[in-house]
Formats: sequence, structure tokens, C-alpha cells
Amino acid sequence: MNDMMNVSSSPHIRSKLTTSAIMFVVIVALLPATAFGIYNFGMNAALIIVICITTCVLTEFIYTKLMKKQTTIGDFSAAVTGLLLALNLPPSVPWWIPLIGGIFAILVVKMLFGGLGQNFMNPALGARCFLMISFTAKMTDFIYDGVSTATPLAEYKAGNAVSTFDMIIGRIPGTIGETSVIAIVAGAILLLLVGIIDLKIPGTYIATFIIFIGLFGGRGWDMNYITTQLAGGGLMLGAFFMATDYTTSPITRAGKIVYGILLGILTGLFRVYGASAEGVSYAIVFSNLLVPLIEKITIPQCFGRGGEHI
Amino acid sequence: MVALTFRGGIHPHDGKNMSKDKPIRQVLPKGDLVYPLSQHIGAPAIPIVERGERVLAGQKIAEAGGFVSVPIHASVSGTVKAIEPRRVVTGDNVMSIVIENDYLYEEKPRFHDKELADMTREEVVEVIKEAGIIGMGGAGFPTHIKMSPKEPDKIYHVIANCAECEPYLTSDYRRMIEEPEKLVAGLKIILCLFPHAKGILAVEDNKPDCIRKLKDLTLDEARISVKVVKTKYPQGAERQLIYATTRRALNSSMLPADVGCIVNNVDTIVAIYNAVINGQPLINRIVTVTGDAIKNPQNFMVKTGTSYSELIDEAGGFIRKPEKIISGGPMMGFGIFDINVPTTKASSALLCLLEDDVKISQPKQCINCGLCVEICPGRIIPTRLADFAQNYDKEKFLKYNGMECCECGCCSYVCPAKRHLTQSIKSMRRMILAERKK
Repeated sequence: MNDMMNVSSSPHIRSKLTTSAIMFVVIVALLPATAFGIYNFGMNAALIIVICITTCVLTEFIYTKLMKKQTTIGDFSAAVTGLLLALNLPPSVPWWIPLIGGIFAILVVKMLFGGLGQNFMNPALGARCFLMISFTAKMTDFIYDGVSTATPLAEYKAGNAVSTFDMIIGRIPGTIGETSVIAIVAGAILLLLVGIIDLKIPGTYIATFIIFIGLFGGRGWDMNYITTQLAGGGLMLGAFFMATDYTTSPITRAGKIVYGILLGILTGLFRVYGASAEGVSYAIVFSNLLVPLIEKITIPQCFGRGGEHI
Repeated sequence: MVALTFRGGIHPHDGKNMSKDKPIRQVLPKGDLVYPLSQHIGAPAIPIVERGERVLAGQKIAEAGGFVSVPIHASVSGTVKAIEPRRVVTGDNVMSIVIENDYLYEEKPRFHDKELADMTREEVVEVIKEAGIIGMGGAGFPTHIKMSPKEPDKIYHVIANCAECEPYLTSDYRRMIEEPEKLVAGLKIILCLFPHAKGILAVEDNKPDCIRKLKDLTLDEARISVKVVKTKYPQGAERQLIYATTRRALNSSMLPADVGCIVNNVDTIVAIYNAVINGQPLINRIVTVTGDAIKNPQNFMVKTGTSYSELIDEAGGFIRKPEKIISGGPMMGFGIFDINVPTTKASSALLCLLEDDVKISQPKQCINCGLCVEICPGRIIPTRLADFAQNYDKEKFLKYNGMECCECGCCSYVCPAKRHLTQSIKSMRRMILAERKK
């Protein structure tokens, strides 16, 4: 049998890049925001992160075992979902919130629909919205320095002044990962340099959002207002880490631009005219649902029929 | 100088250092020579010799089998041993003429005596056909048909494909380093056929020595220019090369002639030179034997019909047994399981790899990363098309332009989930093409 050759259809070589490698780099890119979250909010934040990631990974592991399928936790996607969900939770939630959220994210949003690559909305955000609707009080209780307080965006909406400097550094109340713009952008730069994301979605999202709030926000092009809106409410985390999630964003190049514009408009709508001061999670989840339609209308022209230029 | 290019493509490990500095070495066959009657696109050739008959090197042993067909010539002198099915690189058993070498290498004199200056257009094309010249880049399309477009006056660009974009291959490169004059002369012969055309030598920018040499040779040629194209795969693919050098884009329903272009491989052009000027039929070709399993990777001048096993021995044999042997390049070549197959006019390389990337990678689920969309030179969506192919969804496959796929293999190469994208799309395309033929 030593004379047997491997035969397969071309191509015969493959690049070294794997799914787990991509997921691993995403985790590394999230570390600055994670580290800052723990620094800003203390050990309870760390506990939430650990519970979240462990729950997500365990849920996927148990599910694949029960369904007698090959275990998939080695591709790190469950860990990424766990980390992203944790970063979207307020730091003072009780331990059972990340537990329920993690199970919902992996079991309901991801595994029941077919696992990796088949979820129709971002699992972390889907779980966050579920928790928001089910346990609103716990999910909107932002304790900072021991005091129950509102997020800067809520303060701003109520008419109080906020420090944009603090918002960019991150020494403000909010969910664990969304507060520090610097930490988030540092991670985003890593992802951009390695080529895991490009600026099509985050760029159009942020640009459209700025235009929307400039036109309809009621405060014109006031830089303070715009910076506050950009730095607060998880917009940066959402634009660079949640909206760019592969499975729930369009695969076509034109589709990504449409998606980014839609996100910018929806976030603007929810923030300016909506009751809550946030809006990013709902905008992303809503746009996720529209992705198949967006892809359908943005099928690219092939080479030789106009596609050679794009 | 900014290199011309197209959108998409990949940059796999080059692998050319193993053999690019090894000068071409003539290899004489040790065993029998096998000439498959079907080694080109089109109708198989029809044998005109019989068992027991003695033939000379350069003698026609099979006539063209139809309009889209070419004759086949013996590359050595010897006796016709048999006309029987023999295994070829694709794994099929194809009817072949087997010649027993007499090691005398007695040659038939020139198959025509005309001078280029006295030949009409039709006579040149006839010579190209009689020489049995086919596309030597691997496609194997009869060249005389390529040289006979409906409107020769509307051909404005004759492009010499000097890109050699497949990793590991260095046969065209060595030809350009060692005999660039023949390439330029061959291109000039083709330009005689197309009075309104200009010649383009399209060379990748990883071959600066070739670029220099060709530029020097064409300094005084008004009708020929050297264009530098960016090094990437598949820069040498016909549609991509035409687009990079002339900015004209073809889709799958068009021929290069429809946009006024003709593209030929380096070796094909040199074969045209040999046929028209020296009266020699196509009986030799350069084969690169390389890969990390080969002891002495190098480039050989091989007589067509020589067995691959002999070439491996000439290259020092295997360091260790390879896991995969590929006839051609790693992106579009054929995996072979039997090294006792003959070199044909379209064989460009023998690649012996110690490790098989495909065996190591288990396909996983698509994560929708979009890398395949970014790099696809055809600007289609490989992952969706592979899904449609796997579900036999012909309607969606056609709607998403699946037939535009040129089977370059970039998508399978780049996919982090190691899905067999190219392979699924290929199967579906072939199925649809076969249905259309009925």
C-alpha cells in the first residue's frame, strides 16, 4: 500500500490561514477593551467575562456532543461570542445574567440554526437584546464607583454636560467593553492591518451616522455633540466588532456599503427619535435580518460584464 | 514602472527558486515513446502508420481528425510497436501510438521548403497546422484555429503570454532567458498574419532579467512592445492578461478575437518559429521537474512521448516518496497516480510534493468571511456558487454567473474553512456544459 498516491482535483495547495487563526486574532484585538473594562469596573467585570466565555464554550461543546457531531469549540468562535457578549453587559449584573445570555447566544441564535456560519443575527447582540427585554432593570443599572448612575449618553439626552475626554479614555459608566474608544480603536487597527476587516462597513456606518445626526440631531454640526455620540453607547464597539461579524454581514462588496449606510441611518433614528439613548444593538440586529435581501440586490457584475472595474 | 494588473488574485509561495537558475538540459528517452492520439482540444488524431512500420523523427504518424484537430509526429526514429490504449495524465486510458526507439535519431528533413517572405497568410496557417502546434501553456487548443479568426483585420493586439504565473513552473522563464530571439522572431511571424496588430510581450515583474533582455531585443521593433504585469496568480489567465495589457474585458461567452486580441504561450510562439523558419514539427518541449520531493529540480528539453518516470530519474529521483505528484502547476495541474504516463505537447511541469495540503485540511463550515469574493478574478461569489453546486441548484448557479468561473483555484486556496470551492463549481460547470452539448 506504500505505492498509493494522493489524488485530488486542483488546486493542490492551500493557504495557511484557518478559521481558528482568524478568531484568535479577533480575541487578541478585543483584549485592550477587555483589559480596560476590568481596570475601569473591577473584579465583577472579570467574573462576568469568565462566566460568559465559559458558558458559551461549554454550551457549544455539550450541544455538539449531544447531537453526536464533531466538536467545534476548537475554532474559537464560541469564545469570541462569549467575550463580545460580556463586553456588552453592564459590569454590575448578577452572575446568572451572563449565564443565561451565553446559553441563549450559543444555543438559540447559533446552534439551533446550524452552527457556525448559519446564524441569522449576531449571537452576542441577539442575547443582549433578549436579556434587555427580559431583565430590563438589571441590564440598565449602571453602577460606577459604587453609585447607580446613568450612562453619559443618557445624561446628555437629559440635558446635562458630559466630559468627551473621559468618554474617549473610558473612565465613564457603561457596559464592560464599550467605554474606552482608545482601547477599541487600538484593537480595530490590529484587525484592519491584518486584513480581517476592512473599512467598508465601519467607515460607512460611522460616516452615515455622523451625517444623520448632523442633519437631524437638532444641534447642527456641533463637534462636542458629534464626539459624544460617537464615543458613547457602544457605537465604536458596534461598528468595528459587531457590525463587521462575517456571518451576519453581506458578502458582496456593494452590499457592505449598503449595510453600513443602513446601520448609520437606523442608529441615528433610534438615538434621535427613540426613547432609549443607545440604539446600536437594535440597529445591528435589525440590519442583520435584512442582510439576505441586501445580498440579493447587490450580486456583483462578473468580469467581462462590468465587474472588472470593482 | 507601475505594473499593470487586474483586481483580485492571490500570492502563493513562489517555489520558482528551485529550478529557475537551472539551464535547460536535453534529455534523450530511454524507453518506448507513447503518443496519445488525443492530447489536444478537439477531435483525436487518426493514425496513418501501422504496427511494424519504421518511422523517422519528425515524421507524421497521425493525421488531424477533423477541423478542430492537429497531426501528431514521431519525436524519435524507430518502429511502431503498437497502437493501443495507454494511460495518460488525466488517468484515462487513451488510444496511443507506441514507438520503440532505435536510438539512431534519424530525422526526416524539413516538412516544408517555403521562405516566410514568399508565404501567403493561408500558407503560414497551414504550416502551423501541419506542424501539429497546440497551445503549449497547458490548454492544448489547436493554434492554427486561433490564428484564423473571422476578421483578421480586426485583430489589434497579439499578446505573448510570458507571465508563467503558476508557482514552481520555470519552463517559459528559461526559454525567455536562453532563446529570447526565437520568441521575438516567432511573434513577428504571427504579426505577419495580422496587418493591423501590435505585439505585446507581457512579462511578470518578478522576471527583471527577461524584461531587460526582451526590451533590448525589441528596441527597434516598431510593432512590438514589452509590458510589465504585476506578479500574482492568475496573471497569465487569458482574460486577466488581456485586461491587464489592453483594458479590454472578456466574459465566458466571448473569444479573445472578439475584443481584437490573440494570446499565445511563449513555447507556442517558439514552436511557430521552428515550424515556419526551420520546417520542424512540434516534437520537443520544455518540462520543469521540481518540488521538494525531487533531488535535483531542473528544466529539461524533452522529446514528446517520453515517460514521466524517466524524467524523475534524470532529476535524481525522489528524496523521499512524495505524497502528491502533479502534472502541471499546483493550482490547475492534474494529480497523477501513475508515473508511467507520457509527456504530451501540453505538459509543462512535473511537480512532486512531499506533503499534500489537501489531505491535511478538513473542510469546515463557511464563515462568510468574503475572502473568496475579494480574490476571485472572475468577480463572482465562489462560496454561494459552491453551495448551489452541492445542492444541484442549476437555476441559482446560472443566475449567480457560475459559468464565468475560469477554474483558477484561487478561492479554494484562500478559504480559511478549507472548503472545496473550486472543485464543486468545476463539477457543476462541467455538468451544465455537457448538458448543453446534447
